[in-house]
Amino acid sequence: MAKPKVGFYWCASCGGCEEAIVDLHEDLLVVAEKIDIVFWPCAMDFKYQDVRDMSENEIDITFINGAIRTEEQEEMANLLREKSKILISFGACSQIGGIPGLANFHDRDSIFQSSYGSTCPSVDNPDFIVPQTKTDVPEGELTLPAFHNTVKSTDQVVEVDYYLPGCSPAPYLTLNAINTLLAGKRPEKGTVLAPVKALCDTCDRKDSKPDKIMLKDIKRVSEVELDPEECLLAQGIICMGPITRSGCTQGGEGRCIKANMPCRGCYGPIPEVQDVGASMISAIASIIGIEGEENMSDEHVEKIMDTVVDPAGTFYRFSLATSYLRRKLNDYAKDNN
Amino acid sequence: MSKKISIDPITRLEGHGKIEIFLDDDGGVENAYLQVPELKGFEQFSIDRPVEEMPRITPRICGVCPMAHHMASTKAADAVYNVKPTETAEKIRRLVYNAYILEDHLLHFFFLGGPDFVVTPSAPPGERNILGVVAKVGKEIGLEVIKTRRQIREIVTHLFGRIIHPVGGLPGGVSKPLTEEKRQEFLQKCKDAVGFAMEAINIFNKIVLDNDEYVKLVTGDIYKHNTYYMGLVDDKNRVNFYDGKVRVVDPEGNEITKFSGLDYLDVVSEHVEPWSYMKFPYLKDIGWKGFTDGKESGVMRVAPLARLNVSDSMPTDKAQQEFERMYDVLGKKPAHNTLAFHWARLIEALYAAEKMVELLEDETITSDDIRNIPTDTPEEGVGIVEAARGTLIHHYQTDKKGIITAANLLVATVFNSAAMSLSIEKAAKKLITKGKLDDGLLNMVEMAFRAYDPCLACATHSLPGNTPLIINIHQNKDIIKTIRRD
Ligand code: SF4
Ligand code: SF4
Repeated sequence: MAKPKVGFYWCASCGGCEEAIVDLHEDLLVVAEKIDIVFWPCAMDFKYQDVRDMSENEIDITFINGAIRTEEQEEMANLLREKSKILISFGACSQIGGIPGLANFHDRDSIFQSSYGSTCPSVDNPDFIVPQTKTDVPEGELTLPAFHNTVKSTDQVVEVDYYLPGCSPAPYLTLNAINTLLAGKRPEKGTVLAPVKALCDTCDRKDSKPDKIMLKDIKRVSEVELDPEECLLAQGIICMGPITRSGCTQGGEGRCIKANMPCRGCYGPIPEVQDVGASMISAIASIIGIEGEENMSDEHVEKIMDTVVDPAGTFYRFSLATSYLRRKLNDYAKDNN
Repeated sequence: MSKKISIDPITRLEGHGKIEIFLDDDGGVENAYLQVPELKGFEQFSIDRPVEEMPRITPRICGVCPMAHHMASTKAADAVYNVKPTETAEKIRRLVYNAYILEDHLLHFFFLGGPDFVVTPSAPPGERNILGVVAKVGKEIGLEVIKTRRQIREIVTHLFGRIIHPVGGLPGGVSKPLTEEKRQEFLQKCKDAVGFAMEAINIFNKIVLDNDEYVKLVTGDIYKHNTYYMGLVDDKNRVNFYDGKVRVVDPEGNEITKFSGLDYLDVVSEHVEPWSYMKFPYLKDIGWKGFTDGKESGVMRVAPLARLNVSDSMPTDKAQQEFERMYDVLGKKPAHNTLAFHWARLIEALYAAEKMVELLEDETITSDDIRNIPTDTPEEGVGIVEAARGTLIHHYQTDKKGIITAANLLVATVFNSAAMSLSIEKAAKKLITKGKLDDGLLNMVEMAFRAYDPCLACATHSLPGNTPLIINIHQNKDIIKTIRRD
């Protein structure tokens, strides 16, 4: 029997998801023997034309990592959708926009200013030359693709069959997913191929996680020495554990928690959560009270939130591109254009 | 008349390095351009983030060298708060940092850029991958590389939580101490790694130095540029990846400056071209004289060979022996041979392994004293480290609460951007004459670029070594040939 054809593709990403595949280490050689890798841009030669020439559904499984930022990436995602039986959205940028999605807070002009303009202290560019899509040089013409500042998740562009969450996905989850699919099993479409439990439920510190805790304010990791065993929320530190999917380590404490640092939510939300930031705010509001005030009102919630520095950049660290907040920004932009 | 051969429409270049080669009427090379077609905007969306979160955000600039950004960011946060890490914290930082250099250099040599040597310069690109190398060096050594990398990466995962996008660095310290039990376990693994790094050098010596063709290629003129060099050194002018002062030497090896912190702004400037998203840093005092090398041009180089060129010696014994051997063969210091970057990379890997052993032999590394809590009002700070691919600078300004108001990032690959363009142009001019083009020649042009281990992830998002690349050859305003490696 022919080996299943598998492809890996990247859009706007950092290369970490590719490293996460190389991080299968010895298992990579074992997996490579069971499949026929038809393309993998970072590691082998292939031509777009080869993909275009394939027939519909010719590839069995395609993994796409990275967010969608350009027309070319959008086109490629569409092409791969057409050629693949199963399309897996791989990693946080692909699933929920990831860190590059934070660029959605800003527009092109401000990004050019801070990279090439006077706000960049090391640039010597008095005429404010910025990259152009077309430049005439003595020998001919040079072209660049246009810079787009709106970042989208893969499923905002094409239909996705499964998701592998994480920034970056834990190698054991990737291996499980490949083995599941190679065994012919087909989870329900749209399944996130990771545990459904919240990180808190698998956390070694969960016994010290309070139902209710009274604090004066929320602390920053730089301000306090953290106890290595007590729940971080109980220590007044924002930890995204309550609403984040577990799975970043195999059946245990989160990877960051193991290093005594709070979770920032890279595995995306647990299934019941619609909007990460909004859910996190209510999760925190339900746990943390203000000293001396027994009942929580909206006003109380606001007071607590006022002590969180950069709530948007913390709660939406990985999910801005797919958040309600983002949609609000979009609506705002529409209304103002 | 020239024929136009185009394998793909040139509009599809996202995330690719792009080389444009222009031929004159006689089919000689008139000029060559290296373009980077993507920008991410980290400087801009760093604004409004708390400075202590920056070490968790900036690693996403590059998943290949996330530790470099994490550490530069952590050190910049130290500087912003004017707080020093405790002695133990500093040892732990040095340990994980050397671990990163070691495993990254091994990745490059065996899997990414090194295959030019490990396989052969003219090997089809399809063989330049992990599996191709395993086929060439034998499964046993292949497995040994994989195992060594895994073990070293596990040290980072244990201490800093994650290998891809670590989290352990905090202003004034680290988040987790090292236990005695783990110290002993890691010590053994690092001793093994020293042995393996020696083995890697032996492989290089056997494949490259014992082969006259290769030696000619390494020492020949095609891959040579007289430039300035820049890199971190310790107080004895020895290579250091984690800390020290940045030393700059001229093409004859004379020190022209040594700087740290904010003074970087007195030494380097960045030039902008409208045809690339990547900027072109140069030495401010010498000035931007265009894409040209020599003492009159401010073009500098960073990364392994540059670091060795600015150093008087290596801090560890075995690495020192290899350092001497390399300069014996190359005949001169500074060595200007671009392909010797590969060689220097292996010497550095050996040093990193030896350094880890030294750090782990020191029992005080297991102390619990890992945090100094910042007390000063935050303001402005610079963090400088040597990433695997060269000097990396993070510069932040904050408000009184430590919220970022401005960020400037000078990444390693970008420091080499002008030099890479030069190297490509020179190799193209030497190798392509009378319009004679074949894939083997173009691969050798590409080698000029790959020696730098260009991590366009830092500017775009591709793995170094196998950077997706498009080469367009133009003549009479037409593209006559396009080669792409996607
Ligand atoms: S809030 Fe964080 S530290 Fe506390 S139980 Fe949940 S994951 Fe663990
Ligand atoms: S602890 Fe949270 S932020 Fe850290 S790896 Fe796990 S899910 Fe991601």
